Amino acid sequence: MEVKTKHAKEQKQGVLKRIAGPVVTAVNLDAHMYDVVKVGKEELMGEVIKIQGDNIIIQVYEDTSGIRPGEPVSNTGLSLAVELGPGLLTSIYDGIQRPLSVLVDKMGNFIERGVTAPGLSHEKKWTFKPLVKSGDKIEAGAILGEVQETNIVHKVMLPPKEKPGVVKTIKSGDYTVDEIICILEDGREYPMIQRWPVRIPRPVKEKMNPTIPLITGQRILDGLFPIAKGGTAAIPGPFGSGKTVTQQQLAKWSDAEIVVYIGCGERGNEMTEVLTEFPHLEDPKTGKPLMERTVLIANTSNMPVAAREASVYTGITIAEYYRDMGYDVSLMADSTSRWAEAMREISSRLEEMPGEEGYPAYLAARLSEFYERAGLVRTLNGARGSVTVIGAVSPPGGDFSEPVTQNTLRIVKVFWALDAKLSQRRHFPAINWLNSYSLYLESLHDYYDKEVSPDWNKIRSWAMEVLQKEAELQEIVQLVGSDALPESEQVTIEVARMIREIFLQQNAYDAVDTFCDMKKQYDLMKAIKLFADLAYSAQIAGVSPTQINTVKAKNELPQIKFIKDYKSDLAKIEKQMDEEFNSLRSAA
Amino acid sequence: MKEYRTINKIAGPLVFVEKTEPIAYGELVNIILSDGSTKRGQVLDTSDELVVVQIFESTAGIGRDSGVRFTGETIKMPVGKDMLGRILSGGGKPIDGGPEIVPEKRLDITGAAINPYARSNPSDFIQTGISTIDGTNTLVRGQKLPIFSGAGLPHNKVALQIARQAKVPGSTESFAVVFAAMGITKEEANHFMQDFERTGALERAVVFLNLADDPAVERIITPRLALTTAEYLAFELGMHVLVILTDMTNYCEALRQIGAAREEVPGRRGYPGYMYTDLACLYERAGIIKGLKGSVTQIPILTMPGDDITHPIPDLTGYITEGQIVVNRDLHRKGIYPPINVLPSLSRLMNLGIGKGKTREDHKKVSDQMYAGYAEGNDLRGLVAIVGKDALSERDRLLLEFADLFENRFVRQGLDEDRTIEDTLNLGWDLLSTLPVEQLTRIDRDTINKYHPKFRTGAKKE
Repeated sequence: MEVKTKHAKEQKQGVLKRIAGPVVTAVNLDAHMYDVVKVGKEELMGEVIKIQGDNIIIQVYEDTSGIRPGEPVSNTGLSLAVELGPGLLTSIYDGIQRPLSVLVDKMGNFIERGVTAPGLSHEKKWTFKPLVKSGDKIEAGAILGEVQETNIVHKVMLPPKEKPGVVKTIKSGDYTVDEIICILEDGREYPMIQRWPVRIPRPVKEKMNPTIPLITGQRILDGLFPIAKGGTAAIPGPFGSGKTVTQQQLAKWSDAEIVVYIGCGERGNEMTEVLTEFPHLEDPKTGKPLMERTVLIANTSNMPVAAREASVYTGITIAEYYRDMGYDVSLMADSTSRWAEAMREISSRLEEMPGEEGYPAYLAARLSEFYERAGLVRTLNGARGSVTVIGAVSPPGGDFSEPVTQNTLRIVKVFWALDAKLSQRRHFPAINWLNSYSLYLESLHDYYDKEVSPDWNKIRSWAMEVLQKEAELQEIVQLVGSDALPESEQVTIEVARMIREIFLQQNAYDAVDTFCDMKKQYDLMKAIKLFADLAYSAQIAGVSPTQINTVKAKNELPQIKFIKDYKSDLAKIEKQMDEEFNSLRSAA
Repeated sequence: MKEYRTINKIAGPLVFVEKTEPIAYGELVNIILSDGSTKRGQVLDTSDELVVVQIFESTAGIGRDSGVRFTGETIKMPVGKDMLGRILSGGGKPIDGGPEIVPEKRLDITGAAINPYARSNPSDFIQTGISTIDGTNTLVRGQKLPIFSGAGLPHNKVALQIARQAKVPGSTESFAVVFAAMGITKEEANHFMQDFERTGALERAVVFLNLADDPAVERIITPRLALTTAEYLAFELGMHVLVILTDMTNYCEALRQIGAAREEVPGRRGYPGYMYTDLACLYERAGIIKGLKGSVTQIPILTMPGDDITHPIPDLTGYITEGQIVVNRDLHRKGIYPPINVLPSLSRLMNLGIGKGKTREDHKKVSDQMYAGYAEGNDLRGLVAIVGKDALSERDRLLLEFADLFENRFVRQGLDEDRTIEDTLNLGWDLLSTLPVEQLTRIDRDTINKYHPKFRTGAKKE
């Protein structure tokens, strides 16, 4: 982002005293906490994080090699803020909202330092269509007009915290983000752009309880452990358990209108995959490229650690801004553990007293502040908007008892437990159905009743029961083998296997199976239930489990997942199933 | 250049110098001993009063009377085309008796992060000739794929076989190997060198050797020198470079040693809290850049202390690298080479490098099916130990046999056996054909009809 120095009062220049990695100390500087400062002759961007007598401690967002004591430090007097306005969508930023494409133009293929770049293009003209007229009384958050940003309509708003006023002039036509488009009676002037400090949540009128699910097209998520729009979820998992693939699937297919994806301290090649893939993927609802509704923030693991700390705040502020326009926004943070580690690294350079495992004592507070910025809200202008936050957690050694996982679990409402064992078996998504939970089932009950089917909630509980029962039976099978089970329980084992392999397993790389709508989820589960019902009654009628396992229709069922217009095929399979069982029963 | 004689304290690899002019963070430092020899170090912390210098060699001989010269620049590495075929020390000095390197460029060894926007997505399949890698954990150009091993396992042989056989089928572009040894024994180093010489790979290689008896702190810069060289060969000379780093465990130990000397707050198991970032700054120096010809592919090798994959070193590595190849003790005991256990192994970029036009359209499905079958068969072994083979159902018995076949035919191969991807996939099908067709739920009908040995009779090979 570009930082302008506050014009109001000329700031005194300070002097660098000590440099130790990303943390530097300056003296003779007027500064307040979280002021953005420019460090050294190269004017590297930094932020004040501690004040100790005359010593001002600054975290620097860029590499500090070559900086010497005695170099100047100047205070901009502003806190770390992002630029908000048309042009955010389709952008790819680093942790402090510098567009990566602009950085390539300015400094080549590698990230050098001392280069600033504004978050938004200040040259591009946008067609502004006013929605208020002169004489209208407006308040903070009021929508002044619209800009067609991509296929998304960008609502230009009066910034929050502004006093109410009366519109004197409102313009219409093509303007850059800096040109004044609205003048109030009292002389206040507003361009399309607004700045907001990232560490402060944008205000809302009220927070409401979420009642609508975020449809993700992933069967295990929508079907068994749904998340509500405005909810919070955590995906913890050891490496290689498919955390990133799950996050990316959510970014691709969730029915949020805007997606903010934060690659926080993750792999460079992975971000490139997102960057190359998203522009070619279609939004299943609009048919437009997914990129048109996406803002990407990429601060890879080898980019400066302080900027990694900031990236999460940059992302959520952008998400809140679109929420204020009345959109459903989903935010993916991959991974919050890297964010926590950035905090730890900076904290240890500050020589703060460490808490658990070297993490700072304020880890829990920071995490809960962040997740609390999610929610379904009534915005200042009265619209309904939401920010859904889905955070990946990378527990060291896959150990869920570590501080980041534990502190996250205390806050979030949905827990999707990734399991390395499942991914080793190539069961994807490798989400463990026994350990995962969703606390939104109650509040989403009515929605499923109305929008999917009145018996969906019942079928869901049935499936969960079967899976739970299977887990118990497996313990016995491990000891004595499956033949020793009573016949009805052998059927249960088979039904559970079908739920796992047909319903829960989903192929993210298959063109059809990658997204499965609620209707199809219901039909698939219903078909499995049909098999179960037929099988149990056949078993009671004397058909042996071995014979039940010969039912051919059962083996056809998985293919339905890969067929787009599956209805007629499914009906055929169900009919065949019925016939096969009939003949088994009459033979018995 | 001004020489200071104001050393105040020496602790482990750290030297504290007082009353200096402003010294830059990260600056290269020469310490002049009383006998005239010099030792190199780098500024870790700088302020008006005190400068902390980390010495890359042993601090033996440094005293309060030693001279300190600050060079005014960060550590740079002279690089040039004639580095190929050379053997250098872990500090970058020639140790093969040859002349000094004629530098064409001097590059900063820390290396800047590649802008994710400038990266190009890795997608060229590298054929290593090893079935467990090509078939089930495919390596692609620009990937970083570590080998997780344990003490006493043949990870070096595996690495050498990869270095020897790796090629992109149908491509004739120039390639090079950069080999960085950190704290390995002379014997191991000899083994590598002999193999490089035997196969003629040395001409195309740059070797950095920091042996077990070389100073531990030098290990901090060895991989950085190697990667700087690799980046030069790749992005300036347009070569495809394979970087082998061994053993990363020794590197991390050195990192811990310095952290302890600086009296930092330790993270897990005494390793510094910034180890993730530090390792990322090495591993992330792999990749391909849009519009440039070359590529850097990394194969770091690490030995897991106590074979524990949750130990901080493999754990943090696994979170940064794009998968891992796990060498397994049980397979090694069974006499299987290469003892690669595919179950915990993974290649995250596999899907980008396989499929139609790259390897073969059935690749992913065959791989998934084998994984599933082997995982289930492997689990059943525990059950058999309790209830005996006879108690198994027919389905389970076949799976159990599949697991054995998989290890003995798919995993096992010769030291010089270079299987083409075609061989590997056909072998996979042969093994899968021992299972009933209905059980191949990961593979669709069309693919089965085309490739399954039972059905493909007469069908022509692709």
